[in-house]
Amino acid sequence: MQEHDLSYVRAEMVNAQAAPLGERGLVRWLRINLFATPADAIMTVIGIAILGLVLPPLVNWLFISAQWSGPDRSVCATVSQGGLQPDGWSGACWAFVNAKFEQFMVGRYTISERWRVWLVAIMFVALLVPLMIPRAPYKGLNAIMLFGIFPIVAFVLLVGGVLGLPYVETQLWGGLMVTLVLSFVGIAVSLPLGIVLALGRRSKLPVVKMVCVIFIEAIRGVPLVTVLFMASVMLPLFLPAGMTFDKFLRALIGVALFASAYMAEVIRGGLQAIPKGQYEGADSLGFSYWQKTGLIVLPQALKLVIPGIVNTFIGLFKDTSLVYIIGMFDLLGIVRQNFADAAWASAQTPMSGLVFSGFVFWLFCFGMSRYSMFMERRLDTGHK
Amino acid sequence: MKHTVKVILGAAALGMAASAASAATLDDVKAKGFVQCGVNTALAGFSAPNDKGEWTGFDVDLCRAVAAAIFGDPTKVKFTPTNAKERFTALQSGEIDLLSRNTTWTLSRDTSLGFNFAGVNYYDGQGFMINAKKLPGVNSALQLSGASVCVQTGTTTELNLADYFKANNLEYNPVVFEKLEEVNAAYDAGRCDAYTTDQSGLYSIRLTLAAPDDHVVLPEIISKEPLGPAVRQGDDQWMDIVKWTLYAMVLAEEAGITQANVEEMKNSPNPDIKRILGQEADSKLGTDLGLNNDWVVNIIKGVGNYGESFERNIGQGSPLKIARGLNALWTKGGLQYAMPIR
Repeated sequence: MQEHDLSYVRAEMVNAQAAPLGERGLVRWLRINLFATPADAIMTVIGIAILGLVLPPLVNWLFISAQWSGPDRSVCATVSQGGLQPDGWSGACWAFVNAKFEQFMVGRYTISERWRVWLVAIMFVALLVPLMIPRAPYKGLNAIMLFGIFPIVAFVLLVGGVLGLPYVETQLWGGLMVTLVLSFVGIAVSLPLGIVLALGRRSKLPVVKMVCVIFIEAIRGVPLVTVLFMASVMLPLFLPAGMTFDKFLRALIGVALFASAYMAEVIRGGLQAIPKGQYEGADSLGFSYWQKTGLIVLPQALKLVIPGIVNTFIGLFKDTSLVYIIGMFDLLGIVRQNFADAAWASAQTPMSGLVFSGFVFWLFCFGMSRYSMFMERRLDTGHK
Repeated sequence: MKHTVKVILGAAALGMAASAASAATLDDVKAKGFVQCGVNTALAGFSAPNDKGEWTGFDVDLCRAVAAAIFGDPTKVKFTPTNAKERFTALQSGEIDLLSRNTTWTLSRDTSLGFNFAGVNYYDGQGFMINAKKLPGVNSALQLSGASVCVQTGTTTELNLADYFKANNLEYNPVVFEKLEEVNAAYDAGRCDAYTTDQSGLYSIRLTLAAPDDHVVLPEIISKEPLGPAVRQGDDQWMDIVKWTLYAMVLAEEAGITQANVEEMKNSPNPDIKRILGQEADSKLGTDLGLNNDWVVNIIKGVGNYGESFERNIGQGSPLKIARGLNALWTKGGLQYAMPIR
């Protein structure tokens, strides 16, 4: 065929035109995400209005009007309150947090001995970070260092009384340090103990099963406050006069046992989710109970319940604040305690202190939560 | 149920008290080298940590004074922060030697709980605070008829309030809240005309209000809250030491002995001052207590006299600015009256 009468056919492709204005760039994004329907548009306008109302005063309070340093309450109080600020001033009193920062971190730990706490903190970070990065080498050695050697070194350093280190009684401990020690010990004890209890509860041996069930149900049946209160108030009455043993240790044991009972139930959930075929497969390969559990069942079960485990950890981390009721001061406790310092009493002090401690708690909990999501993705090998 | 618990606790306490009685607290304290003192976990002006984390406050000073009397060194004391529930078991179980924690002296605490109160270091009582700008001309609680009153619920404060208004045939609207912070915020926002709690508390709350100078604390006190240091029953020597430490601080104020002038006062010709400071020839007053003869000198050097400690922690020298009121010396119309040292 000849190429005649095809003049209406274009010889070359038309240049692609840009998408209509409503379908590209910022406008498209706005249209799809914020103004897709009339209802969305109304919600967006209301949302922006609320943000417009809330954000400027919030930013102003948090940063612009905030006082960052000062010797005492005068920088955070208005003239009529006996301070330096003009009347009607309102801003965060970060000067209070600044002045008390070390106390918020380590409590009343002897000032000349605080380097020991910093040293422990550095060691903790140095051991924890490589363990959390999947590509870092020497995982086994690292884990032994963190869970085997580090607690002993940390104990010696923090408590002292040996190797020429002066003894620092736990009564003086406080702040973030108490929060972290309680949660680290709680986490490090509750995971293995929880696994043992969960396996025990599914055991076919009646005595083992009964002991585990009784322990789990008894602990889960009482609030943590009750456990701590019993340990701190009632226990001394039953011990012979003059015999006391460390209140912090009592709280540690209480918190660790409490977390273990919850952890056991989370892990039991994972164990139950493993299909029967996995057990039978392991049996057919001639695995012993421990081989079957350690190599086939637990790795799958633990992976399944990572969200539950981290949930328990986060709950435990925040529960440590309850030691306040037995006269120990975690981060929140010591912040609240310092509200009573008349040198810093002002209308802004309590809110500033609470915002600060809330922010620190959020940092840790958010970090744990993000890391658990990362681990879930990494360990996701299918099955679903 | 509540009663049963009380009886059990009481019985346990008595058992403790009996077993602890045999041991002399002073010897224990000297052996370990410090006084273990129970204080409030946090109460503005009475016991609170400063920027360095050291305990300061009016109740804390008494602990330091006892340490100074025994060791000549006000720093030889360790503090156990106790809350309202823990404080009694801590003392009963021997965890602390002395409880100096704004504890009200009552009969049941003196008897069934097995304590002895060594005196009253602060006469407190429930009072009222009003906004003087909002209610001009009100200078007595009896003028509060028809007022709305902010109060924390579930406290004896609430009951005392009801009793007081009923007894005086006055009407009022209680505005109750669960948490102290809520009561403060409601009062500051003007939701009620008056605020009631212990007077010492009113002063520290006033500090956190938007315009503290607009608010005045009314003179009426509608309940008696004598706060003082407590020790275990059955150790008279230890109780004497705590009691006379407190008396010595009050007497020193009466005699004009201060932290600054205590050294020159030692040479004072006044026989009363000489006796107080243990400067009389062959004085046995201190040694009879089980202490040194310069025990009062050490107390005053360590923490100052009663008035100095008061003004520094809760009086004019502090942000709280609590007036002496009932806690003035008896010679100045107050109730602080110390037995003579002779």
